[in-house]
Amino acid sequence: MEVAIIDYKAGNVYSVIHALERLGIRPILTDDAERIRKADKVLFPGQGEASQAMTYLRQHGLDQLIRDLKQPILGICIGQQLMCRHSEEGNTDCLGIFDVDVLRFQPQRHEEKVPHMGWNSLKLKVESLELKENCPLFKGFDNGEFVYFVHSYYVPVCEWTMATTDYIQPFSAALYRDNFFATQFHPEKSGSVGERILRNFLEIEKLRK
Amino acid sequence: MLAKRIIPCLDVKDGQTVKGTNFVQLRQAGDPVELGRAYSEQGADELVFLDITASHEGRKTFADMVERVAATLSIPFTVGGGINELRDVDRMLSAGADKVSINSAALRRPELIDEITRHYGSQVCVVAIDARQETDGQWQCYINGGRIPIGRSLFDWAHEVQERGAGEILFTSMNHDGVKTGFANEALAQLADNLTIPIIASGGAGRMEHFRDVFRQGHADAALAASVFHFGEIGIPELKQYLRNENISVRL
Repeated sequence: MEVAIIDYKAGNVYSVIHALERLGIRPILTDDAERIRKADKVLFPGQGEASQAMTYLRQHGLDQLIRDLKQPILGICIGQQLMCRHSEEGNTDCLGIFDVDVLRFQPQRHEEKVPHMGWNSLKLKVESLELKENCPLFKGFDNGEFVYFVHSYYVPVCEWTMATTDYIQPFSAALYRDNFFATQFHPEKSGSVGERILRNFLEIEKLRK
Repeated sequence: MLAKRIIPCLDVKDGQTVKGTNFVQLRQAGDPVELGRAYSEQGADELVFLDITASHEGRKTFADMVERVAATLSIPFTVGGGINELRDVDRMLSAGADKVSINSAALRRPELIDEITRHYGSQVCVVAIDARQETDGQWQCYINGGRIPIGRSLFDWAHEVQERGAGEILFTSMNHDGVKTGFANEALAQLADNLTIPIIASGGAGRMEHFRDVFRQGHADAALAASVFHFGEIGIPELKQYLRNENISVRL
């Protein structure tokens, strides 16, 4: 299986590469449109700043490429945010795959620190729990599993939300529409739980059958 | 709910952990990579690897170790010790570390914090502060492994660290470190209640109750310890179960 990681100079991608290698996959890190288009699976990770990331994607024609992808693609952290319509970070127009706007956390109490950093639990959407076969990323999951987050901006709960996490208010921990998957948390840093999510992503066709 | 983090700290010298360990199942007891993996499997939420090597050769060995840790471990880890300039940070992040911890170098040249956060984001920059409560009751910062007072108040410096963009503060109370009678909860609460970035408490862990107290009274976001874990005095699974029974949010 050919797995491409989109290289758009947004932070450290080593941990994603290592996590895939532990699952027996040797991914390619590339900004080459043809290689990305041909890959069986695409990962879109990152930790950068939204406006800089979008500028790089536009300059390299990767914005339209990502929208047009037909194979499963998984956005991670800022990857999820960039797949939305607009981000408050740098007042940035993003890819618009999910028609929802990314907002900055507004702490309501002192102990609500920003960034939201650390392990927090997932609550799968009721529909997702009932229709697990339609929600391949969380196949075999139950509510309350902990995953690792580091972020200051969040995607509000919307019609594409597959899982929520509570911090200041419930927000979208994961999104899903057609072949587009996204997580706000870092599966590559979320221990065995994250490993299962990555494995599910790699096996999506098999899980859908 | 966001979980309180439990963070074992491993001191590494010339590529080997220097403190004792009860992990009898390890093939190489001193291997930081194996030890890190064992802690991760036991439920540690993050790890800190501190390079206490002085030699240039040892530093290279440490970078090699960081690469092996990154390839093995699927939880976040911080590296510290000997990070004095942006080039050191770059080397550690390229080797696969998630965060770097800076200490004396930040007090000597505070602009280093701005440089790191501008280049790599706040989340990679942990500023470690060693401080002692002097006989007059004031908390003073020390550098060079707690050997040299630098004439800065803990709270004043912590504020500056936050303003310069650091992602977290790792505060070690030199009065409590190694004494095993609990963390510096009063000073920790003062830090946690006045800052908006997470505080990692260090120094003083001896019993499980100390961890409960550091979260409840010290308002810490995370607690770091070394010897109680290395010598098997406290097991991480038991500690987390205990904390959960005490109604403290932890990842089990």
